[in-house]
Amino acid sequence: MKLRQVFGGILVVSAVAFAATPATAKNTIRWASQGDALTGDPHAANEAPTNSASRKVYDTLVYADKDLKFTPWLATSWKLINPTTWEFELRKGVKWHDGSDFTADDVKFSFERVLSPTSDYKKQVNSVKEVKIINPHKVHIIHSGPNPIFPNQLTTIFIMSKAWSEKNDVTKPQDRAAKEETYAVRHAMGTGPFKLKIREPDVKTVLVKNEDWWGLKQFPHEVDEIIYTPISNPATRVAALLSGELDFILDPPLQDLNRIKSTPGLKIRQTAQTRTIFLGMNQGKDKLITASVKDKNPFKDVRVRKAFYQAIDIDAIKKKVMRGYSVPAGIITSKFIHGHTPGLDKRHTYDPAAAKKLLAEAGYPNGFEIQLDCPNNRYINDEGICQAVVGMLAKIGVKVTLSAIPKTIHFPKIKNRETDFYMLGWGVPTLDSHYVFSFLTKGADKGWNGTGFNDPEINKAIDQIEIETDFGKRDELIGKVWKKMKDNVNYLPLHHQVIVWAMNDRIDVPIVADDGVRFIYTKFKK
Amino acid sequence: MTAYILQRVFQAVAVMIVVAFVSFLLFNFVGDPVDNMVGQEASFEDREAMRDSLGLNDPFIVQFGRFLGNAVQGEFGISYRLQRPVAALISERMPATLELVGASAILSILLGIPLGVYTGIKRYAMSSRTILTLSLIGVSLPTFVIGILLIYVFSVNLGWLPSFGRGQVTQLGWWSTGFLTVSGWKAIIMPSVTLALFQMTLILRLVRSEMLEVMRTDYIKFARARGLPDRMINFGHAFKNTLVPVITIIGLNVGSLIAFSIITETVFQWPGMGFLFIQAVGFADIPVMAAYLVLVAAIFVTINLFVDILYFVVDPRLRVERTVSAGGGE
Repeated sequence: MKLRQVFGGILVVSAVAFAATPATAKNTIRWASQGDALTGDPHAANEAPTNSASRKVYDTLVYADKDLKFTPWLATSWKLINPTTWEFELRKGVKWHDGSDFTADDVKFSFERVLSPTSDYKKQVNSVKEVKIINPHKVHIIHSGPNPIFPNQLTTIFIMSKAWSEKNDVTKPQDRAAKEETYAVRHAMGTGPFKLKIREPDVKTVLVKNEDWWGLKQFPHEVDEIIYTPISNPATRVAALLSGELDFILDPPLQDLNRIKSTPGLKIRQTAQTRTIFLGMNQGKDKLITASVKDKNPFKDVRVRKAFYQAIDIDAIKKKVMRGYSVPAGIITSKFIHGHTPGLDKRHTYDPAAAKKLLAEAGYPNGFEIQLDCPNNRYINDEGICQAVVGMLAKIGVKVTLSAIPKTIHFPKIKNRETDFYMLGWGVPTLDSHYVFSFLTKGADKGWNGTGFNDPEINKAIDQIEIETDFGKRDELIGKVWKKMKDNVNYLPLHHQVIVWAMNDRIDVPIVADDGVRFIYTKFKK
Repeated sequence: MTAYILQRVFQAVAVMIVVAFVSFLLFNFVGDPVDNMVGQEASFEDREAMRDSLGLNDPFIVQFGRFLGNAVQGEFGISYRLQRPVAALISERMPATLELVGASAILSILLGIPLGVYTGIKRYAMSSRTILTLSLIGVSLPTFVIGILLIYVFSVNLGWLPSFGRGQVTQLGWWSTGFLTVSGWKAIIMPSVTLALFQMTLILRLVRSEMLEVMRTDYIKFARARGLPDRMINFGHAFKNTLVPVITIIGLNVGSLIAFSIITETVFQWPGMGFLFIQAVGFADIPVMAAYLVLVAAIFVTINLFVDILYFVVDPRLRVERTVSAGGGE
């Protein structure tokens, strides 16, 4: 006991010593997460950590703020002037990091770059046909068809400087088949709140405050410097936070949260994420690959799908596997996403007896055998969740073989339709249900809808949602699609992931549901 | 002599081609890199187009042939993950690994040899038994456990040493060194101890058993009979004769230190080649994996080649046998 007190005392003293030194000089944030951004080129990799990194240096026309509300950013206002044309007023007086002026030319150029073949964002804004410059601070963005949620799609479309890109020969995003790296991979020049000072991929990235940022009046943040170090080993990451070498970690492992909470001077922040974890059952094929039922596909029967659903005790998974850090889900969209309602998000009841009865009615009183494919390095405790599911389905007589494999092998299996029963998670950057529908409900033949589920009536509704500019009607359609999918158990939702950030008492960084850090909201303890 | 070396070089090249071939075969099982390279929104056609442009749809033999052709010209392509040339990435990371491996090798020699000699001479002393028992921990505990334990004690509890990274590095031409700053020295202590522990134990035990053997030989008995002082017998006569096998083992083990450093580098977020490789595996970053494996093979092969040549120089019997067999008209 005494020894522990001594150690504890040393820990506090050293933590204070570490914290005290930089604070006197300037407000530096030292932080870490599991992996670095893939590239500094803001149009080359559409991936959450990369978007989060780009957002610090580059600005977008529309910003998703800390509550994921759409906020005017480089565009001060926007409106639909006819069904296919959006008008954007651009902010005046905005300077690039090199001191030059931001104008409509840069916006036009950025959209052309985003739509070029090597861009990873071209699908996100593929409805854009042309950007017309009306004057240096006004553009018309013309679409090939009506696009009511275009502003939602802009929160990760970063605006680059035309002059800088031309000067450094980076008018197109990096081509991965090329032999040389382009200038934009390790250099960045935006209009954003921070300037890139040092970029050593995988090792260290240092950002400094942009004193001339246009948003300083509105968001008077006190961050002078941000030092980011990726630390891939979770134990090392937590140790570095405990020892005071870091102020903030993005992804502490669940099993260490109690340790962090009980350490004086440290705290955690948590929120439900915009990502939902679910199981897919292939109901499109006539015969399954791994099932013991050889003559037909049992998943074609809604009673079987519902039996699987009702056999899963989601509260037990929450308590035992997720240690309380999950929100049970009724649909594949969480509360931050347009189209979510508490009613839809309520699950069908957990009822193993009813499940067993449904299976018997469907003609499988003794269950059957099937394989569950699961990633083991993608979602929080993904393999653990699948193990729990295996045990729960065994109780209604379904014998499940679990195959837990790395994501690089798992995802192609879904897209090549080589799995009968699989786990997947889905995040929604546009914060609108249509995004989920377009990937998981449509496209039964190829892509991410590995269930093969294909309902013409639903597909028609989704096509209508895409172009419906009457928002009342649109919402009604979204609700209808969700309800039908829920009633038919086309997917088996499990839970919305909960994200947890850990930090010390020196700073307070508000947590954001898309897991992207917005340091401009940081408060320092005085 | 020249023929012998040429033959060995030829064998070395063959080994490297086999390594490249086998590793290429394995890449078929690490999964699809394209998935990591494009966002979830990329369409089926986009993915196919990217796969085509990277040549991933070509038959295995074509891909392998292209890799060999480029590798011979020193061209290893561009990393799928970091979008930078692989050759540049590896040469950036190499100093970190070599400094870590160098520090560990020196540490294991400086500690392993004296402790081995000591436990060899004082074989029944309590202290020797304690050292031997403790050294068992070095061989039996996995590297990552030792690393985490050290971090827990020296970073979290005592706050003396950094838990990750290389500290402040200084650029000397293309070589980045951590040896010129205090934080660099502090940062290398725990990783090098972690990596050195296993090697040190190995050297300790090897030196000890060699010492025990030599101490039983006749010339040591004669030396004692002549009344030479203990110090002279132990170090002048006995120890010198234990060194030949020890040097061989140390030489060969530098290669495995480089290979073992993967785990140590991951635990301490040491920005070396091993860490680069592990991240490449997670991403299915084929260009980096291929280049790294060929490089490690090259290191092993080169060390072996030198050891072979050294034997040839040191051991006259090898030369004699060859001339005899050559003279035999084969």
